[in-house]
Amino acid sequence: MHPASSVILFTTSSGAGYALLVLLAIFSALGWLPNDRALGLVGLGSALGLITVGLLSSTFHLGHPERAWRALSQWRSSWLSREGVLAVLTYLPAGLFAIGWVVVGDNGGIWALAGLVAAALALATVYCTGMIYASLKTVPAWHNPLTVPGYLAVALASGGLWFTAIAALLGAARVEYAALTIMLVGLAALIKSRYWNAIENLPPKTDIAAATGLSDIGPVRLLDGPTTSETYIMREMGYKVARRHVMKLRRIAIVAGFGLPALALLIVMVRETPDGASLALSLAAAVAGSIGIIAERWLFFAEAKHISTLYFGTESV
Amino acid sequence: MTSLPQNASTKKLGLVIDLDICVGCHACAVNCKEWNSGGHSAPMTDWNAYSGEQTTNGDDDGAWGVWFNRVHAFEAGSGEDARTIYFPRSCLHCEEPACVTVCPTGASYKRAEDGIVLVNADICIGCKLCSWACAYGAREYDQTDGVMKKCTLCVDRIYNENLEEVDRVPACVSTCPATARHFGDLGDPNSEVSKLVESRGGYQLMPELDYKPVNRYLPPRPRRKGIGDTGGAAALEPAKTNDNDQAADGLGNKLLAWVDAALSR
Repeated sequence: MHPASSVILFTTSSGAGYALLVLLAIFSALGWLPNDRALGLVGLGSALGLITVGLLSSTFHLGHPERAWRALSQWRSSWLSREGVLAVLTYLPAGLFAIGWVVVGDNGGIWALAGLVAAALALATVYCTGMIYASLKTVPAWHNPLTVPGYLAVALASGGLWFTAIAALLGAARVEYAALTIMLVGLAALIKSRYWNAIENLPPKTDIAAATGLSDIGPVRLLDGPTTSETYIMREMGYKVARRHVMKLRRIAIVAGFGLPALALLIVMVRETPDGASLALSLAAAVAGSIGIIAERWLFFAEAKHISTLYFGTESV
Repeated sequence: MTSLPQNASTKKLGLVIDLDICVGCHACAVNCKEWNSGGHSAPMTDWNAYSGEQTTNGDDDGAWGVWFNRVHAFEAGSGEDARTIYFPRSCLHCEEPACVTVCPTGASYKRAEDGIVLVNADICIGCKLCSWACAYGAREYDQTDGVMKKCTLCVDRIYNENLEEVDRVPACVSTCPATARHFGDLGDPNSEVSKLVESRGGYQLMPELDYKPVNRYLPPRPRRKGIGDTGGAAALEPAKTNDNDQAADGLGNKLLAWVDAALSR
């Protein structure tokens, strides 16, 4: 599948934003986070900023962005519509939570409850994002029980990394945050490596003979495509990425996305001193993690083969 | 509404494509483009239409555009049994079309009255998800209009009372010079197309995906290789010989040889 940069930016940015919102809400409800207005402003500002940038970027790839509101209508059948509805709904309790924390100066009680509602909606939104892909039978790599857990775990890992960095920046760091984030990063690494393993060993779902129904005659191969230049289907679905690039990008995703951030936060935990060095390590972990996760998301699209490419010479999918 | 129609009629309009006699002339695709350039989903936009470039990857290179019907050429079998099979590909108007249910806006829909799958270009947001959900590569995005387009089964021809009744068939069917394309109601077991499917063993493409395509393909007939397969005699009669003629020729040759020898002295 063609890896469109708007969709990569959308899924990574909003994923991180929703997960950041989830962690801010949970730790406020637990009473671990001070009701410091600056922390609320930077934390929730970053979360809602990442979400909004992501949602706006998702409209960039639309042919008619001005009609985007229409995507809220078909939640009965469409995961994309459900994602849109939940994304918009999340703003309401998240906004209340932000008013409580930043304006009223209280992130507990009723305001924390609004935060927890926002957190539940945020997780549901990321779940829907994953289901958009997991529900497509036409892309066997995505139609896989690890796709949705992968989206949730990677979002939580990136949200954890940014949460730890913001807490360190505003003097609210706790050793538990780094520990939890290391666990979230480890979980994401585990699920993604299982995902890559699964798609590597995926038996072909169908082939050119089944797609044409000509298997009774014998082996089938494409002699001539329908056109001399590439059609829409070939441009959109027929993206090919060289094997050596896949392996290189997987290494980038593992090292920058999961390995380096976990190592940096481990050092932060061991040092136990919330000084400039720990802050720098926390920020570096968040930046490296984001780069790695963008590589992971690019691969998610670029590696996935679409069944319709069978009509254009792909032998099996 | 992108939920599938609950009280759909039993009518399932669709095409039956005969792979035995398709000659791969692309006339169906060209006439489809011609009719639909002024039809329900017009225009059928082209980009770099006069470019000689055949390079790919990128909107700026090569001539390309929106077509609802594409003709591929496959080879099936190997060695001397290999045969070329021309394979026209267009929307199959599935009974369970995932391209419809994934649509977030309700622009993509399946008509309850005849099963035709259409796009309402006035509300399509151009997210392309329907084209991702289609296993058959039937939908093509118009990047100038910013909306998805697809085969309409010539909904603007088949019910068009301004046309002669004989012309109220999809453009691809009306133009096929080999009569390889047939149009009708595949939901009616007594229709001409259903009988054709029955008698020729018509099949669905990738039925295991459960989209239940309505269109059917008729498989190529078994190859006729022996002389008897064509309906003629299994072998030719041995050629007749006439001994008297040969004797006469022998005498003539001797005479010619004598004349030749006499004149050469």
